Amino acid sequence: MFFLKRLLLLIPLLLVISFLAFILMRLAPGGPFDSDRAPASPEIERAIRAKYRLDEPVLKQYAHYLGDLAKGDLGLSTKYRNHTVNDIIVSALPVSMTLGGLAFFFALVLGIPWGVVMAVQRGQWGDYFWGLLSLLAACIPALVIGPILVLSLAVKAGWFPVALWESPLHVVLPTLTLGLLFAGKVARLVRESTTTTLQSEFITAARAKGLSESEILIKHALRLALLPVVSFSAPMLADLLTGSFVVETIFQIPGLGVFFVNSSLNRDYPLLMGLVLLYAGMLLFLNLLADLLLAKLDPRVKYE
Amino acid sequence: MVDTVHYALRITNCISHIRRAAGRITRRVLPLIFAMGCLSCSQQEPRADLVIANGAEPGSLDPATSKGLEELRIVMALWEGLMRVDPKTALPIPGLAERHEVSPDGKVYTFYLRANATWSTGQRITAHDFVYSWRRVLDPVTASEYAGQLFYLKNAEAYFNRTLKDPNELGVRALDDSTLRVELTNPTPFFLGLCAFQTLSVVPRDVVEKHGDDWMRVRPLPVSGPYQLERWSLNDRVRLRANPHYWDATNTHCQVVDLLPIRSASTAFNLYERGGLDIIWDKELIPSELFPILRPRSDFHSFNYLGTYFLRFNTTRKPLDDPRVRRALTMCIDKQRLVDKILKTGEVIGSHFVPPGTANCRSPEGLAFDPEGARQLLKEAGYPNGQGMRPIEYLFESVSGGGSVHSKIGVELQQMWQRELGIKVELRQMEKQVYLAAQRSLDYDVSRSTWIGDYNDPNTFLDLFRSNNGNNRTGWKNQPYDDLMDQASVLTDLDQRANLLRQAESILVRDEAPIAPLYFYSGFNYHNPDRISGIHGNVLDSHPINAIRVRKEPAR
Repeated sequence: MFFLKRLLLLIPLLLVISFLAFILMRLAPGGPFDSDRAPASPEIERAIRAKYRLDEPVLKQYAHYLGDLAKGDLGLSTKYRNHTVNDIIVSALPVSMTLGGLAFFFALVLGIPWGVVMAVQRGQWGDYFWGLLSLLAACIPALVIGPILVLSLAVKAGWFPVALWESPLHVVLPTLTLGLLFAGKVARLVRESTTTTLQSEFITAARAKGLSESEILIKHALRLALLPVVSFSAPMLADLLTGSFVVETIFQIPGLGVFFVNSSLNRDYPLLMGLVLLYAGMLLFLNLLADLLLAKLDPRVKYE
Repeated sequence: MVDTVHYALRITNCISHIRRAAGRITRRVLPLIFAMGCLSCSQQEPRADLVIANGAEPGSLDPATSKGLEELRIVMALWEGLMRVDPKTALPIPGLAERHEVSPDGKVYTFYLRANATWSTGQRITAHDFVYSWRRVLDPVTASEYAGQLFYLKNAEAYFNRTLKDPNELGVRALDDSTLRVELTNPTPFFLGLCAFQTLSVVPRDVVEKHGDDWMRVRPLPVSGPYQLERWSLNDRVRLRANPHYWDATNTHCQVVDLLPIRSASTAFNLYERGGLDIIWDKELIPSELFPILRPRSDFHSFNYLGTYFLRFNTTRKPLDDPRVRRALTMCIDKQRLVDKILKTGEVIGSHFVPPGTANCRSPEGLAFDPEGARQLLKEAGYPNGQGMRPIEYLFESVSGGGSVHSKIGVELQQMWQRELGIKVELRQMEKQVYLAAQRSLDYDVSRSTWIGDYNDPNTFLDLFRSNNGNNRTGWKNQPYDDLMDQASVLTDLDQRANLLRQAESILVRDEAPIAPLYFYSGFNYHNPDRISGIHGNVLDSHPINAIRVRKEPAR
């Protein structure tokens, strides 16, 4: 019930977002049909603008847009004129979701133990060593890690393909590049939360009860320490699932990230709108899921 | 020591716990992700016979609406017109029309289609298909940005602007299934070149009419060119397969061709080095910092083509409304320095606008590098040593990836104008669409510009600066220039025509100088000459894919 109510609340929120995005992108200077070569006559431009309804008042355009949206039609891209926005999302989203899902999984599987190790060894050489590594992982952008991985593991060693999206082997390097960054962040997060949790009173109580250190860590501390990770995961997953411009460019992957950047540079209004709504929807939905998960994990959190 | 061991034990213990927890997730989530992965990574297909790095993702492969080089190159493989392009010289040679006749006044062309001109479905391509395809380009509803290529037809512009409603009045008629009669307004010496241009290709009427905007998504798509569109995966590849019904199919060498929309030069280069690519034919995809190393290699092929890098002056703003100021600015640009220090790829500097090597052309000499003369001119204009002159704004667009030639040239120009003339220059870098909008609405002082010729004739360049041309973008209106262009367009004598065009061009680059030509473009192809043949550098940078051969060689 609570879930349904929250789900319904997302709709007005998405409407507000769509309205703001619709207006803002039209306020940006330059339009989708400014090109090196002007159309041979103003007539062509008028025809093109009419075709995409850009000749109407903005509010009327928006009304039309909502009408089409209700039918599930996101319109025709102005740059990729042979494709509908629906088409583009259907072809690129699964790719981004695969890569993002794997990177997310990799980030958690690597990041959580990494953080725990640092927390357990806090103040010792291990903490500093792993801490430095996690800091590096979280700070060095994919723009640097990607080419280094490609040069070393693909070009020099020849273990992996240098780019493209064809076989499971092609997925490895992009996943590493994308996942490492988030693994570093997750590790930092887990270290802080685990450290704090391990100092709280109920842990002392558990120690007094005579539980072994590992039992305390896994059964009691970790459960609480992972709460911030859950909150952090929702936006992280939304980010990862909708693609990364940099990683997709380095590895020539046909995902959504490239469309995000290019559609705004090209002023491709319909495509940009579709992507903004997709991202916003995903972000809101995942945040909702995270809230639910938090309620389940933490007995102190209660919803009506 | 004991502490360390203790902690190590604790860690292993923890890890085993975590592993058990993770194991549960792994069993449930991983198969899901992998199932998705299998769906989205296409099953690995055998490598295409020929793989080409083609630059940006094509926006449209419909001949009527495609316009970028990356689109037109694929369109040329899918669709053919009356003429096609010779891979060596880029001159028009017979395509779907096996021969043609021209009337003595140069205004009426009669084309005879080949008996074996067929769609990839095996159906015959008729003259009526051409009439339909050309009318479609001229229909404003199609919104073809290259419709101007057909304005040389009688009544075309009127039909396009809806002042003439009856399509039968257009200068294109089918006399019978295989004969097409074309009437032009003026003798147009480059008309056959236009007939080889992609916009004038023939498209399948029934498919277009049935599917409307969606027609490019029909599979199998009936095509008229040497290749069929087998697959178009966005941002992944366009896969072409030889069309067995193409009239010249025996001379199509590669059966399967992949064109990859590669975005990063280093990715393209890594792929090439590892054998994943056969040809890089986009200049932006060869890392510029590697030019000095790559140039001596046998894989590197450079050639000159019809493109000019130039500056536009906004002639509607003071002080640039004074031709003396514009000429002074032009005369103190050390173009050779720009080419040597920034481009480093041996481009030819230019004082005129139409590139050398253009057919039917005798370009005049424009303004030479002469800082002393420039200072004199500026003094005459009332700005001795730049005194009293407001700062000038130099507009250029940002290029993703940074390190762009445009900004480096901007910085050099800033220094040259400051040093030689005492003029302050402010650099204004803008996002591409904003830059184009600013240029078009004359919201700039000086703007960097490029023009690439569409066909091999000075008209494709000089037409730009007629008063009413939408691409003029300088605010420059000059009656003598327009008159000369008009007079030239009705001449059949090519020699006389070249003389008139020369006069027009000297107004443009010498007397009035609304533009300052800097250099002419060089094109680059990167491919292994021992493996790849049939690709030639030519003035239109046009490389028909069906002419390219791959020699089989032992694996690297």
